[in-house]
Amino acid sequence: MIKQKVRVKTFQINGIDVTGRSDSTILEVAKEHDIHIPTLCYLEGLSCVGACRICLVEIKGSNKLIPACTGKIKEGMEVFTDTDRLHKHRKMILSMIFAERTHTCSVCVSNGHCELQDMSVELGMEHSQVPYLTNRFDIDASHERFVNDPNRCILCTRCVRVCDEVEGAHAWDLVDRGLDTRVIHDMDDPWVESESCTSCGKCVQVCPTGALSEKGVSATEMVKKKSLIVNLLEMRNRER
Amino acid sequence: MAQKIKVATIWLDGCSGCHMSFLDMDERLVELSEYMDVLYSPYVDQKEFPEGVDLTIVEGALSSDHDVEMIKTIRQNSKKILALGDCAITGNVSTMKNLYGTRAIMETGYGQNADHNESGEYPHLVVPKLLDRVHPLHEIVPVDYFVPGCPTPADAIYTVLKALIEGKEVNISQLTRFGK
Repeated sequence: MIKQKVRVKTFQINGIDVTGRSDSTILEVAKEHDIHIPTLCYLEGLSCVGACRICLVEIKGSNKLIPACTGKIKEGMEVFTDTDRLHKHRKMILSMIFAERTHTCSVCVSNGHCELQDMSVELGMEHSQVPYLTNRFDIDASHERFVNDPNRCILCTRCVRVCDEVEGAHAWDLVDRGLDTRVIHDMDDPWVESESCTSCGKCVQVCPTGALSEKGVSATEMVKKKSLIVNLLEMRNRER
Repeated sequence: MAQKIKVATIWLDGCSGCHMSFLDMDERLVELSEYMDVLYSPYVDQKEFPEGVDLTIVEGALSSDHDVEMIKTIRQNSKKILALGDCAITGNVSTMKNLYGTRAIMETGYGQNADHNESGEYPHLVVPKLLDRVHPLHEIVPVDYFVPGCPTPADAIYTVLKALIEGKEVNISQLTRFGK
C-alpha cells in the first residue's frame, strides 16, 4: 500500500501564522492553536457534517462563509473567525435554530446542562430575531429507558453519526425534509420496536439538547456524559 | 439630585415569578428607590396605566386581547420597554399552548377536566378573550431591552437597572439566559 505523504500547510487564522497537516480542517488547526471557534453539531470523535452552521468562518478573497468543521485548509489562506459579520450571522442562525422548534428551556430535562442554551450565552443571543414556528411533533416515549422529543431536536445528527460510526448499528436516520425533518429509527418505527437499536444509549449521551433523554429525570436533571465517545475510541485503539 | 426615573412594572401572561425576583433584590430596592419612582405596578395601587413613563418592565407573554391592548398602551406611554423573563421574550410555558391551539386548551380546561360545567360554555364575559396564538412581546411591539431567565435572577435585574440608571452598557448574556 502506498502511504500518502503527509504535507504541512501554513496559513493564517485571525492574523496569526498557523500550520496543520494538509488534510486537516480549519477547526482542527484552530483547536491545535487554541483559537476558539463556536460549534454545536461538531463532536470530537465523530465525523463532521456542517449541519448547524454555527462554526462559519470568513476566508479573505471569498464572499462565501464556510463551516470550519468541514472546510479544508489551503496554503496561504487567511481565515477570520471573530468578525462583526460572523457575529451577526451566527446570532441569526442560532435564532432560527431556537425558533424552528419549541425548546421551552425552563421546563426542559436539560435546563442548565444544554449546549444550545450555552450557545445563546456565548453568542449573546438574548431574544430570537425570527418568530417561533411552534410546529408540534409527537414524542416517542415507547422505549423502556429513553425518550425522543423532536420538539427539542436541532437536527445536529450527532445521534445518527454516533450510532453509525461508534456503535455500528445505524439505527437512527433522518426522515422528511426542511422544517419537518425528524430523526427516526428504522422505517420510522417506535423506538421500542426498532430491530437495529441496541439500546446502548450513546445517542442520548451525545445529544446536545433535551431531545434525547433518559426516562425518569425531571426538569434540569439530565446531565450527559460528554466525554464518553472520546474515551471509548481511545480504549478501542489501545486494544489494537 | 437628578430627577427620579419614572418606572412601571406589569405582569401579563406570566406566573409573577419575575416580579418575585424583583422583590428578591431585598435591601437593594432601598438603594434603587433613590433613583426610581414606581408609578404603576402590582406593587402599587394605581389602576390606569400612566403617561410619560421612562421605563416599563414587562413580565409575561401576550395571550389575550387585553394583553395586546395593554402592551400597545405601554409602548405609547413609555420611552423604553424592558422585557423581563422568558415568557416576555420567548413565550416560554405560555406558548406551549400554541402547539395545540386555544380551542383544544379550552375544551380540556372547561370540558374534559371540569367537574361542573353543565352549559358546556367557555367563560366569555368580563374575562379577556384568548388569542389564537400566544406571542412574545417583540412580535407585537418594539422592545428595547431583553433580560431573560425563568425567573430572571434578582442579581441580573439589579445589575441591569443599575446600568440603566448610570447609563452604562452591560452584557446581559453574562448575567442571565433562557431557562436557568
